[in-house]
Amino acid sequence: MAAASARRPRLAVWKFASCDGCQLSLLDCEDELLMVAERIEIAYFPEAARRMLPGPYDLSLVEGSITTPADAERIQRVRRQSRRLVTIGACATAGGIQALRNFADIREYAAAVYPYPEYLETLATSTPISAHVPVDFELRGCPIDKGQLLEVIKAFLADRKPAVPGHSVCIDCKRRGNVCVMVASGTPCLGPVTHTGCGAICPSYDRGCYGCFGPVAGANTAALAKEFAALGVARRDIARLFQTFNAAAGAFRDEAERHGD
Amino acid sequence: MATRQHSILTIDGVAALLDALRRRGYRVIGPTVRDQAIVYDDITSLADLPRGWTDEQGAGRYRLARRDDDAVFGFAVGPHSWKKFLHSPAQRLWRTERSADGVRIIAEPVSAKPLAFVGVRSCELHAIAIQDRVLLEGAYPDQHYRARREAAFLVAVNCTEPGGTCFCASMNTGPKALGGYDLALTEIAAEGERRFAVDVGSAAGSGLLAELPHRAATPGETAAAEAAIAGATGRMGRAMPDADEVPALLRRNLDHPRWEEVADRCLTCGNCTMVCPTCFCTTVEDVASLDGSASEHVQHWDSCFTMDFSYLHGGSVRASPRSRYRQWMTHKLSTWWDQFGTSGCVGCGRCISWCPVGIDITEEVAAIRGSDSAARGREG
Repeated sequence: MAAASARRPRLAVWKFASCDGCQLSLLDCEDELLMVAERIEIAYFPEAARRMLPGPYDLSLVEGSITTPADAERIQRVRRQSRRLVTIGACATAGGIQALRNFADIREYAAAVYPYPEYLETLATSTPISAHVPVDFELRGCPIDKGQLLEVIKAFLADRKPAVPGHSVCIDCKRRGNVCVMVASGTPCLGPVTHTGCGAICPSYDRGCYGCFGPVAGANTAALAKEFAALGVARRDIARLFQTFNAAAGAFRDEAERHGD
Repeated sequence: MATRQHSILTIDGVAALLDALRRRGYRVIGPTVRDQAIVYDDITSLADLPRGWTDEQGAGRYRLARRDDDAVFGFAVGPHSWKKFLHSPAQRLWRTERSADGVRIIAEPVSAKPLAFVGVRSCELHAIAIQDRVLLEGAYPDQHYRARREAAFLVAVNCTEPGGTCFCASMNTGPKALGGYDLALTEIAAEGERRFAVDVGSAAGSGLLAELPHRAATPGETAAAEAAIAGATGRMGRAMPDADEVPALLRRNLDHPRWEEVADRCLTCGNCTMVCPTCFCTTVEDVASLDGSASEHVQHWDSCFTMDFSYLHGGSVRASPRSRYRQWMTHKLSTWWDQFGTSGCVGCGRCISWCPVGIDITEEVAAIRGSDSAARGREG
């Protein structure tokens, strides 16, 4: 304890292509935030503090995906200044909702949105941070769960592996005592193939899981998609179910493509 | 076999039963309608019971439905089992506090409030007996399970309305409750009202019944109760083929191509293990405070279908869905005998109904059996 107070580890929070929701989860920690600030020096966090201290940093939390040539460069500099680099949220871990561009022509998108798209300098794809630099840990979710974010920070402080389980949403849904919305109501639900983390929020409110935490390891999306079809979900809607915040994540991307036009 | 002398409760008698349990300090839990299903939850009066409701069940499908009568227990088992209350999904085991004097370990006290379960089916009594064996026998009995189990009052209900995925008759675990309860009810309809034939299974049950308005059953009522249960035996939605032979069948078919076929369908989501009333596996998690001054050691339900479950240094032992499904099913139906001296399956059908893609354990056994020369040979 004494050593830790002598020199607090330095934290940096970085934003790439994203909505800022995940880094706000840190501010959302409210009760725990003061304790975090006691144990860690928040050295670089433009969303929260005017004072921005130069690197190197002991822990970098990186939000957002890489969508521009400038960001592809910048992430290299972030990595060089960071002892540990943890990516937070679906954008940083899977490319985010903006990875829908990966399945389309970005020039057409840009022309539809901006009056002078020629001024944009953008990449054809939105890619996760891990496609550019080595990442020490990926914390999933859209947005991330603040309890899990605290666990990652606590694990970093204790120099241990974060206790972030990798099972399906169904395990947590059943632990909560929920009635399965798919079996009891015929509601399509991505829970069986989705990585846990949220605590099964949507099925607890009688909705199917939207897959915010991305595919679980070894996700059998093909078998689930077949069941969705049996429930009467149209082919195009099956593709859409898989094409949201984790559209570019392995098994979800593949399943959407299998149900493409 | 001599027919046991039944007593009869009316619907008011059932209401009095719930009141009597509450007066004795029990937390009363029973079936109730919630979220499009008949679940087990706290009940305070007759109005909480699913009177006039039933369920329609098939592989990967459950629908709550209205009955055309006002039966109180006219449904099969739902998504919950009593393990939710006896073997809690999350149980803190101990916690630590760090102070100037060092680290103090504080054991979690066992829960004090006794539980009363109303509507325990025969398959579930068997499941509880199986969990008793797993969690209470051996060198390290589960103290939390033991405290809840020993204090629990069980009101069984004999099944008169088996579901589409039920197969207790073929597993010799139902539909009639043969023991392990304090009181057992059999619901019958007579002269336009619901009546409940009562069997006493313990001194505690006898003592409670004495407090309730009841009378001796007529021979006709006793016969009606027996007929209702016998009728249920013949209306099981499914059957485990040749159940006594299944342990050996699976033992000699560990490389059957069917495991690959079922793995193509299996989501490895773990739902079957969560709804199974005998699956008992848990994991533990340590939750520490930010400043390292306190921590908690918490036990959670786990599942052999997760990758973490068999993770050793370097990777998961059962990485393929095939190996995970096979592990679950062969343990349940075959190696459970070697380990605990019984089957791990009680034929409740929950794993069939609540599998999101409707994998049917009886169908999987039948498929393996169908191409097993030894099994076919016996049929001659």
